[in-house]
Amino acid sequence: MKLIIAIIQPQKLEEVKQELYKVDVNLLTVNEVLGHGRQKGITEVYRGVRESGNLLRKIRLEIGVNDNYVEPTINAIMQGARSGETGDGKIFVLPMEECLRIRTGEKGKTAIG
Amino acid sequence: MYRKSLILATTLLLLSFSAFTMADDAAKAPLIAATTQTASVTATAQPAVPPVPINAGDTAWVLVSAALVMLMTPGLAFFYGGLVRKKNMLSILMQCMAALAVVSVQWVLFGYSLAFHPGNGFWGGFGWFGLKGVGFEPYADYAGTIPHQAFMIFQAMFAIITPALIIGAFAERMKFSSYLIFLVLWSTFIYDPIAHWVWGVGGFLKNMGALDFAGGTVVHINAGIAALVSALVLGKRKGLSSPIPPHNLPFAVLGAALLWFGWFGFNAGSALAANGLAVSAFVATNTAAAMAALTWAVLDWMTVGKPTMLGVITGAVAGLVAITPAAGFVDVFGALGIGILVSLVCYFMVAFVKSKLGYDDSLDAFGVHGIGGIVGAIATGLFATTAVNSTGANGLFYGNPKQLLIQAIAVGCTLAYTLVGSFVLFKLVDLVFGLRAKEKDEVIGLDLSQHHESAYTLIE
Repeated sequence: MKLIIAIIQPQKLEEVKQELYKVDVNLLTVNEVLGHGRQKGITEVYRGVRESGNLLRKIRLEIGVNDNYVEPTINAIMQGARSGETGDGKIFVLPMEECLRIRTGEKGKTAIG
Repeated sequence: MYRKSLILATTLLLLSFSAFTMADDAAKAPLIAATTQTASVTATAQPAVPPVPINAGDTAWVLVSAALVMLMTPGLAFFYGGLVRKKNMLSILMQCMAALAVVSVQWVLFGYSLAFHPGNGFWGGFGWFGLKGVGFEPYADYAGTIPHQAFMIFQAMFAIITPALIIGAFAERMKFSSYLIFLVLWSTFIYDPIAHWVWGVGGFLKNMGALDFAGGTVVHINAGIAALVSALVLGKRKGLSSPIPPHNLPFAVLGAALLWFGWFGFNAGSALAANGLAVSAFVATNTAAAMAALTWAVLDWMTVGKPTMLGVITGAVAGLVAITPAAGFVDVFGALGIGILVSLVCYFMVAFVKSKLGYDDSLDAFGVHGIGGIVGAIATGLFATTAVNSTGANGLFYGNPKQLLIQAIAVGCTLAYTLVGSFVLFKLVDLVFGLRAKEKDEVIGLDLSQHHESAYTLIE
């Protein structure tokens, strides 16, 4: 089991969702986060005072998957989130020790989907 | 099922009741003998009347009305702002406030002169450039009991909100610098001439006897058609797969409430006096807005299963738009009829026709203001009665079908001129400066890309 964390552009969320549905990944958690990579943030101005390097809005997805779903999920996110510009985001794949469904108490493989 | 049919029955009952009583009222004596001339009716020229002293009550009411109408533009900003995505909130507020700033200056410099100086049938000319000759004495052709400048500043607020209404159609994708240029050009070449046709001394629609109490043609049809043109010229927003949910519906409700409030100045203030006609317009305005809000809620209930907040405020604004030309000419049943009619038509346009035709009128500036304005102008030709306003005219339901034709001609002229004129202006600005924000800027959001600010912070 893996936990896939993806940081993507906010406007790409809809496309990523559609791509994920195509490969039968229907469960995900979405966070609104701030951050920047090579884009170096953006300059804002308030009453004439510049504030450079402000963090940019990003969307963070968390998806827990069984091992055979890792590749399709990663591909779907890449497909939906890529524009070719800096700032498209990152995908992290982490090992996941356990997964429980709160309602039933199921564990592991069956609890994910 | 039972509830739905109950609602439907109530609506139909009200509609038929209003039609019934109207025929009844036709015979009654005028309710209000209009003492002051309304700006919109054919000037039954009053030569060589002795100068009327300034009336304190009238002046106070018109000044307060001007302030009420001023508040409508920030109200509109919140109405529209609440409906866009949060990355574009400030851009909407900024466009509305820019209209307030830019058109105010344009108006006192030459806009008022172009619209209201007694010129030819088409425009007013530069006779009152820089308000030269527009002083504190009344100008009897427009308003005989208030200082001329009070009339001027009241009209300024109309000139400001009209281009601001168009923002709803090109929201979330227009470049700010090009917007400013468009603002000046559109006010000068589209708004000012049309205001002259309908309200100015010598204006050809005014001479023809078209009824437009507070600016249904000049403000709403005009802005609504320009809105449609702008949506077509600019094209759709990027990456629109489904309708975008409003980012802050409470703001939209606040904005709609401010619009409703300000509209009392817009319509009742257009009596240009503190008299019975102003009261009649006030009552008609409130009644039509309420009836339209109610009708929209019922339609929502019947078609999507639940009455929606956005539906109620959209209906209220549609009702306010439609009653604008009619306010000083219809009785309370006329107002109810117009409220029902406009919601039926606008709902159909916004919910069905827009999605079929596929143009991206982001916030339904055309669907509500354009269509609502046309419904109002035509409905004035149906419901108008001299029982309310002796300087007005009777409509079709009071035995004067000719008025309906006149209203249709006024709608047609405004529509044609705005359609062609706005298209030329938008294309011109597009060719020279480029109308649309860069794709990347649109994606980041207009707040950050056009103004280097954001409306909301995520942390702290």
